[in-house]
Amino acid sequence: MSGRKPYTRSMSGWWKRDPFFTAYMVREATSFIVAAYAIVLLVGLVRLGQGKEAYDGFMQALQSPISVVFHLVTLAVFVYHTWSWFQIMPKTMPMIFISGKRLEGATITRTGVAVAVVVTIVFLAFVMGVTR
Amino acid sequence: MKRANDPIFWLPFGAGGVLAALFGPALVLITGFAAPFAIGLGPDALGYDNMMAFAHNAIGKLFLFAIVVFFLWHAALRIYHTLHDFGVHVGTVLKLIIFGGSLVATVIAVWTLLAIGF
Amino acid sequence: MSASEIKTIEIEVLRYRPEQDTEPFWQSFQVPFSHDTSVLEGLQSIKDDLDATLSYRWSCRMAVCGSCGMMISGKPKLACSTFLRDFYPNKVQVGPLEHFPIERDLVVSAEGFISKLEKITPYIVPKEPRTIEQGEYIQTPLQLKQFLQYSGCINCMLCYAACPQFGMNPKFIGPGLMALVHRYNVDSRDGAREQRMELVDEEDVGVWSCTAVGYCSEVCPKKVDPANAVNQNKVNSALNYFGRFLKPQGGQK
Repeated sequence: MSGRKPYTRSMSGWWKRDPFFTAYMVREATSFIVAAYAIVLLVGLVRLGQGKEAYDGFMQALQSPISVVFHLVTLAVFVYHTWSWFQIMPKTMPMIFISGKRLEGATITRTGVAVAVVVTIVFLAFVMGVTR
Repeated sequence: MKRANDPIFWLPFGAGGVLAALFGPALVLITGFAAPFAIGLGPDALGYDNMMAFAHNAIGKLFLFAIVVFFLWHAALRIYHTLHDFGVHVGTVLKLIIFGGSLVATVIAVWTLLAIGF
Repeated sequence: MSASEIKTIEIEVLRYRPEQDTEPFWQSFQVPFSHDTSVLEGLQSIKDDLDATLSYRWSCRMAVCGSCGMMISGKPKLACSTFLRDFYPNKVQVGPLEHFPIERDLVVSAEGFISKLEKITPYIVPKEPRTIEQGEYIQTPLQLKQFLQYSGCINCMLCYAACPQFGMNPKFIGPGLMALVHRYNVDSRDGAREQRMELVDEEDVGVWSCTAVGYCSEVCPKKVDPANAVNQNKVNSALNYFGRFLKPQGGQK
């Protein structure tokens, strides 16, 4: 007769076990804020479709203290999203070889973040330019 | 074998992730601070006339669609995974709320953009 | 501390003896060690001098056999290449690899892992069979580099202990074996990609259980980077998913 009695451990609270897991869960949980921001933009779009009065009301609401707090949190979330997106990018990309040498993960991350910074500056400058 | 349907959700997730990484911070700066408080932008920078002109433009329309819809689908897949990671059993009802909700939002966005016209 | 100086460190071991315990418990030992004593040697001195009933797996003592994977102070590590000096004066906690059923003490059940290994066709099925007279298969350095890194896996299962998605869903093929799937799929000599992709595409079994936590690659002692192998196959699986509608005989499976 077999004397085996394998013991299976619980997974409850696994994300508290290792700081790496906690950082991962923070990355994933930022999605709730991303969804909230997308809904705010959608509301703005719907109000725009409803006419000037409705849209002005929406823009007015963006000046409220709640809106400011929400956008401060959202800004932090998006900056973290940008950083974490390019942090994991080397893992999600096919191997790239340049003249026989593999492109290193750190190079991919740095390039990604640099592109994001450039896009941010260009986009801000563009919006400032066309709305002047 | 049951083939996973995940690619359907993974593609818009990826598109939204890239858009959020590139445009997210700048967009929040504009819509949350610069435009409503006229910091670095004119008081009517995102005013009704400007935004209507933007929404009438084909590229503007596409941009608005992509930002709203792909941000949502990006978030939807992560929310689905996050709930699962926290040990919540994501059954049919929760799936309907998360992905059905995203679908409804997509329809509203498309309908609004089409109603605004070209 | 000089190389030969002997000090004493506390090692806490998670014990589980199936014939008498209903659940695991921590047991503490005071173990002498010097500068070059590994955690594995610490366990060996417990077994030799303090408690002969302690069970653990080991073989090569030089990080190539993959037998002595354990949770060492919470991190998946090989006991033979982790040193007690790095924890002193604090204690070291040694437990069996996470996410696997505990068989006894530090020994986990590898049955699930082995049965998956048997399913993934972990060998080259020649694309075109060649006779000895035809000579060897020619491969360019670049073709070699496509899979060389992924062939470094020693099946130590540390990446499984680092993968919460495997912990929550034991059906998931998991990081290490997915890296092995990729290793054969991208080998220019191999012709069995299609049958392996069936597993990659499968619900709850294939790549889509991965949420890109990325810890598997951090803990890999051989720098195999399984997370990269898994996520490259999300692209392949997505291409399969949409591509089958384009093929003339698509949608058969």
